[in-house]
Amino acid sequence: MNTDLGVFGNDPWWIVVIKAIAIFVVLVLVTLFTIWWERRVVGRMQNRIGPNRVGPLGLLQSLMDGIKLALKEEIIPKSAYRAVYWLAPVISATMAFIAFAVIPFGPEVSILGVMTPLQLTDFPVSVLYVLAVASIGIYGIVLAGWSSGSTYPLLGGLRSSAQMISYELAMSMSFVAVFLYAGTMSTSGIVAAQEPIWYAIILLPSFLIYVTSMVGETNRAPFDLPEAEGELVGGFHTEYSSLKFALFFLAEYINMVTVSALATTLFLGGWRAPWPISLWEGANVGWWPLLWFLVKVQLFIFVFIWLRGTLPRLRYDQFMRFGWKVLIPVSLVWIVVVATARVIRNEFSIATEDILLWGAGLLVIVVIGGWILQWRSSRKEEQAEELAALTDDGPFDPMAGAFPVPPMPGQEFTYTSRVSQRPLAAATVTPAVTSGPSSTHLPDDDAPKESSNA
Amino acid sequence: MGLEEKLPSGVLLTTVEQVAGYARKGSLWPATFGLACCAIEMMAVGGPRYDIARFGMEVFRASPRQADLMIVAGRVSQKMAPVLRQIYDQMANPKWVLAMGVCASSGGMFNNYAILQGVDHVVPVDIYLPGCPPRPEMLIDAILKLHDEIQATKLGVNAIKAQDIQESLALTAPATLEMRGLLP
Ligand code: SF4
Repeated sequence: MNTDLGVFGNDPWWIVVIKAIAIFVVLVLVTLFTIWWERRVVGRMQNRIGPNRVGPLGLLQSLMDGIKLALKEEIIPKSAYRAVYWLAPVISATMAFIAFAVIPFGPEVSILGVMTPLQLTDFPVSVLYVLAVASIGIYGIVLAGWSSGSTYPLLGGLRSSAQMISYELAMSMSFVAVFLYAGTMSTSGIVAAQEPIWYAIILLPSFLIYVTSMVGETNRAPFDLPEAEGELVGGFHTEYSSLKFALFFLAEYINMVTVSALATTLFLGGWRAPWPISLWEGANVGWWPLLWFLVKVQLFIFVFIWLRGTLPRLRYDQFMRFGWKVLIPVSLVWIVVVATARVIRNEFSIATEDILLWGAGLLVIVVIGGWILQWRSSRKEEQAEELAALTDDGPFDPMAGAFPVPPMPGQEFTYTSRVSQRPLAAATVTPAVTSGPSSTHLPDDDAPKESSNA
Repeated sequence: MGLEEKLPSGVLLTTVEQVAGYARKGSLWPATFGLACCAIEMMAVGGPRYDIARFGMEVFRASPRQADLMIVAGRVSQKMAPVLRQIYDQMANPKWVLAMGVCASSGGMFNNYAILQGVDHVVPVDIYLPGCPPRPEMLIDAILKLHDEIQATKLGVNAIKAQDIQESLALTAPATLEMRGLLP
């Protein structure tokens, strides 16, 4: 498969420059469009209209946001570590851009008479390169939080780095199955290997794990804990204003596009046309594949927006538990299954691939089902324990915590100390008050009855 | 960035003024800051019926560093005043303040020791919005008027000129005591 890479690295320098600039322009345009699209779609989902004042249909909204941010005052806090504070958004944004160098946009086309693939470059381990670059991007966030010299950014930065590192694990493990099947780690090779069938279909568990972890990796809802306003103000970029904040904003959206593009490349057949269109011979040659690619990426971005418009934010411990105790074990088991299937097929060539895959699917279902059953039973036990703990320690005392509280499920309400003192107080009250429609006396009448019932 | 303030007077400056005004009014991000009952009306403005997102203003920023507009929605107690001032100071220039409701504008019905008699005692207010509480339509109206003001804002040397003109007008303006007939 590695022989395919011969087409890369032979371009004249001006083609390389054109491609690099084109990637930059496409990413910026896609970001501008995505921000507007997100605000419109979320608006529609909430029965609103969304931005529609600046430009036709409000299309220039994100451009105006950018210009306004650029024209704003630049504040650097006194306690900030200036050099790092300045460097952090630059790291974030550049890493977001350069990850796109190995994403294939299309097959070989002719640009000004030169035949060249629609991809800046490729090498045998380019998927690992994307992962590495994404990891360096996390430095931008950590350093931003640390160098701001303020508490909330520090906490937000730590939170996002912890989140991104844990979800990157699950993400990279979901790639392993793809590597096993494609026999290569180069993006163009993986796209070529998906000619018969998309990996999203035959490697469905990997695909689902990837889609889940890519939302966690990009800090988007429902996993947008680093930007939980109620807890952390703005997260790692709380102290950033003006262009530096715009850079973080840009980086976040480009990361979204990058993970979507990676999902398209690894699981949805990259720039290859989807099924009914692929019957047409011209679908996978020339410039058309660029369109299929962008449409598929937009599909993923729409899923991102959809999730944001639908789901509430997770709690931090739930989120971490989900990553470490569900996604990672499931992907480990799945990798073992895939590897076994590959080995059996290669060694014995007795069973067809389909039968093995059915078996593998069954195994995953058993694993997940077993896990859910166990989780449910342990939760029931916990609940029973909690209930027992509540009911065990004596009669319910509403005044135990210095102010009255209602009884919990399983607790029985009985009038206690406070009410038992009431008759004493009531004895001193004058008849004029008791004759009025006073509610203070009702408990006194009820109290003896209740206690006799209990 | 501050570069736009250093341009020489002329066509270039007025063009930049136009573009800057358009961009600033097109994306006026409010700070998340509600104080009392008026804040409920402010929230209603973000909902589907009034939808402030049409003006690109649904982006309520939690961090004052990234906010442009502070909507003082409600009464400001003496204890809250320093906090409010601090948030104002933390906002990056250019920034605007909208005093929403009679309480924020003048203390309203709360004429007592606990409530600030108008938020303009602690921060400069760009636009006052009367009403108790003002309806969301009124808030949108105030925001649109503020948009016009932002569009007409001058930069650099032109801003200094505009300030001088305003000052000379203020010096010759009649006191309220000397005004006769219906108020303008
Ligand atoms: S103006 Fe009226 S509605 Fe607004 S804060 Fe004051 S009392 Fe509440």
